[in-house]
Amino acid sequence: MSNVIKVAMADLNVVTAPDTIRTSGLGSCVGLVLYDDLRAIAGMAHIMLPSSSLSKQEKMNEAKYADTAIPALLTRLEKVGARSNSLKAKLAGGAQMFSFSTGNDLMRIGPRNVEAIKLKLGELGIPIVSEDVGGKNGRTIEFDPASKKLHIRTVNKGSVDI
Amino acid sequence: MEFFHKLKPHHLDVLKEIGNIGAGHAATALSQILNQTIDMSVPAVRIVSFQDLPEQIGGADTEVAAIFLRIEGEAPGSIFYISQIKEAEKLIQRLTKDSHFQLEDPPFNELGISAFLEVGNILAGSYLSSLADFTNLLLQPSVPGFTVDMVGAILNYGLIPLSEVSDYAIVIDTEMMELGPEAGKIRGHFFLLPDPQSFNEIFTALGVKIP
Repeated sequence: MSNVIKVAMADLNVVTAPDTIRTSGLGSCVGLVLYDDLRAIAGMAHIMLPSSSLSKQEKMNEAKYADTAIPALLTRLEKVGARSNSLKAKLAGGAQMFSFSTGNDLMRIGPRNVEAIKLKLGELGIPIVSEDVGGKNGRTIEFDPASKKLHIRTVNKGSVDI
Repeated sequence: MEFFHKLKPHHLDVLKEIGNIGAGHAATALSQILNQTIDMSVPAVRIVSFQDLPEQIGGADTEVAAIFLRIEGEAPGSIFYISQIKEAEKLIQRLTKDSHFQLEDPPFNELGISAFLEVGNILAGSYLSSLADFTNLLLQPSVPGFTVDMVGAILNYGLIPLSEVSDYAIVIDTEMMELGPEAGKIRGHFFLLPDPQSFNEIFTALGVKIP
């Protein structure tokens, strides 16, 4: 019997096979999956903002920002037996749901999230195997650590596995 | 949550009154367009975590039709009008007198979408102008955006300014519903999500400063 572990907005979690891990309704947020290529272990973060320097909170939620969610996810993964040298990444999300001409930087947050995640993964030397980012559509994603497939569902555009 | 600790029940009552006045004017505008009585709920003001917000409209995966506008000016924020797909279809069919209009399978009829956007404009405009009158703040709506998508993905957008300071949002939620022979066929939720810095502006303007 396998379960689906759910990851909420600005949240992260880890999973081992045969369970799968899923996050729903990614808009400008990015769903990042880090998985151990040799062991059936994976982690997922639902990242909202590119950098924790944007935070004006006293108590910060690490899972919300690209630069802090990735190290936090690594720590969680190592605790359940993943090795950092066999980790790989897949990501999806970062859409621009509405387009505005106001030039407000916050409205470009999707692409900025993707850039920040790639930068951090580059620093840590974690290769990106596949991605489905940008566009105008929301996504629901589910990762299966056994098959290492990331299943992506979009409204009106059907599903893909990457 | 820090900031929300300072709020007293009377602050939430003030926000409720804002929802009441704003949505009241919007409901009147909608009933004039449709030539049908529109009823609205007593506004609910909730402090909800980001995780819980999509749950209130059926979960992050639920597909809805939404209009989104930014409020610009002295108290910025976001306005959403969110409707079930079937209910938005019904509204557009009535506006355009085109019973074939559908929102299940894109591309959608452009005339129908622009009619829906115009409704968004009128609703948000009447909501905002009553809010501006009430508070004496300068507020302008942006051009509206439209999408059919997952509710979680849509709300994401309005939460971004708040997400820098909190994991919670104050949502002023009013439900509108058509009365009359086809009662209940047209309904939608009006969400007002003020940006974090706007609460001080609104409360100060109304003389209920946060200590």
